[in-house]
Amino acid sequence: MSGALVVEAPGPLTLVQDLGRPGLAHLGVSPSGAADRAAHRLANRLVGEEEGAATLEVTLGGLVVRATATLFVAVTGAPTTVRVDGTPTASHTTVVLRAGARLHVERPARGLRSYLAVRGGFVVAPVLGSRSRDVLAGLGPAPLAVGDVLAVGDPTRPLPDADRAPAPAPVTVLDVRPGPRRDWFTGDAWSTLLGTVWAVTADVDRVAVRLSGPALTRAVTDELPSEGLVRGAVQVPASGQPLLFGADHPVTGGYPVLAVLTPAAADAAAQLRPGDAVRLAG
Amino acid sequence: MARRLLGYGDDAVLLECADLADAVGLAPRVRAAVPAVVEVVPGARTLLLRLAAPLTADARELLLTLPAAPTGTASGPLVTLPVVYDGEDLDEVGALTGLGADGVVAAHTGQTWTVGFCGFAPGFGYLVGPDERLRVPRRPTPRTRVPAGAVGLAGPFSGVYPRPGPGGWQLLGRTATTLWDLEAHPPALLQPGTRVRFEVA
Repeated sequence: MSGALVVEAPGPLTLVQDLGRPGLAHLGVSPSGAADRAAHRLANRLVGEEEGAATLEVTLGGLVVRATATLFVAVTGAPTTVRVDGTPTASHTTVVLRAGARLHVERPARGLRSYLAVRGGFVVAPVLGSRSRDVLAGLGPAPLAVGDVLAVGDPTRPLPDADRAPAPAPVTVLDVRPGPRRDWFTGDAWSTLLGTVWAVTADVDRVAVRLSGPALTRAVTDELPSEGLVRGAVQVPASGQPLLFGADHPVTGGYPVLAVLTPAAADAAAQLRPGDAVRLAG
Repeated sequence: MARRLLGYGDDAVLLECADLADAVGLAPRVRAAVPAVVEVVPGARTLLLRLAAPLTADARELLLTLPAAPTGTASGPLVTLPVVYDGEDLDEVGALTGLGADGVVAAHTGQTWTVGFCGFAPGFGYLVGPDERLRVPRRPTPRTRVPAGAVGLAGPFSGVYPRPGPGGWQLLGRTATTLWDLEAHPPALLQPGTRVRFEVA
């Protein structure tokens, strides 16, 4: 071990995440993992770690940690101000913390989730092969709390040449493919799905993002027997208001899936905040 | 009804099966038959197939024609679950089915169930059995809290809640057997293909 980060404030919600535990759906366990996979991978690359190393998924900032040794960290995802002992710097760049230094991830101006990676990786016991917290199944490390000590491992790779990356531009258009039950909906439903500026409701979590707009109408009104779900599935429950499933989606669901986000769009959807406006493009 | 392959985004397809028995019987055969399939998520009459590569025309043909294992031939391990039949909905299920409470218990314990698929929560298995007399609808309003170990019925399925949570199934009783244990390998006692006998505790 080459040091640790001590949690002085966890913010509204900070979770340990990696690339999840795929392959266990037959046990009723979803893949879970970082909600914004691209941001998680980028954070690890900036500190020279493998893409599957654990990061901290910081929802709406507020995280304060103290280093017990000299550590390299990087924060990606929602663009935010990162302070070291009060001195501001940007996200999306590698930051050196001296022993005793305090790192503060501020509330982002836009976007929802930032990812903090550390050179050497966080040493956290895996559950079913993953260090991810699945909030729906209650699996994996508990949300961070004041006083938690996150041990940091020894680096195994050299630092990369690049120490900064561009912050993502705001995404207001999400690409979709037709879903398996598109034919359960009227033709109008598909054009309405793509032709509407949807409002993100207050119900935003790792399970799903709910959208508000015109009701999407069904052509087939039968009950749908439960069938498998994926991250990015656009499901339309009885209300006609679509929801976008996130990393901690249930293994199966009982409402028809009209469309499916591309993997990049599913990452972007993980940054949607209540009140954001978003369009879907097919 | 014939099988159909339905698009499910960039990394998956949904295989709509002829019926529940077709889906349950096909699930264990798909991964071995089609290498591009990396995960199979069974549903009530579908298999969601996560893919490492797009399906070839031959693979699509195979998925549409591969014979399912016949029902009743599941060869998974046999698990016996002792149940105290004192569930809040036992009398209601007795009335709905016309079997009476004692008849429901006799039908529930008198057949071998098979885990068709898992979902809803870690370790929750959807159990199917040959005796169709126990088909009942879900409760009109779900309970906000169902205790761990509760044994229920809904539609063509029976199931046991692995941990406390909300639920809309008709409750017949409770078992003390642990269905989900992170210290066990695998942690889920019930997996697709596992056979289950209920007995009066």
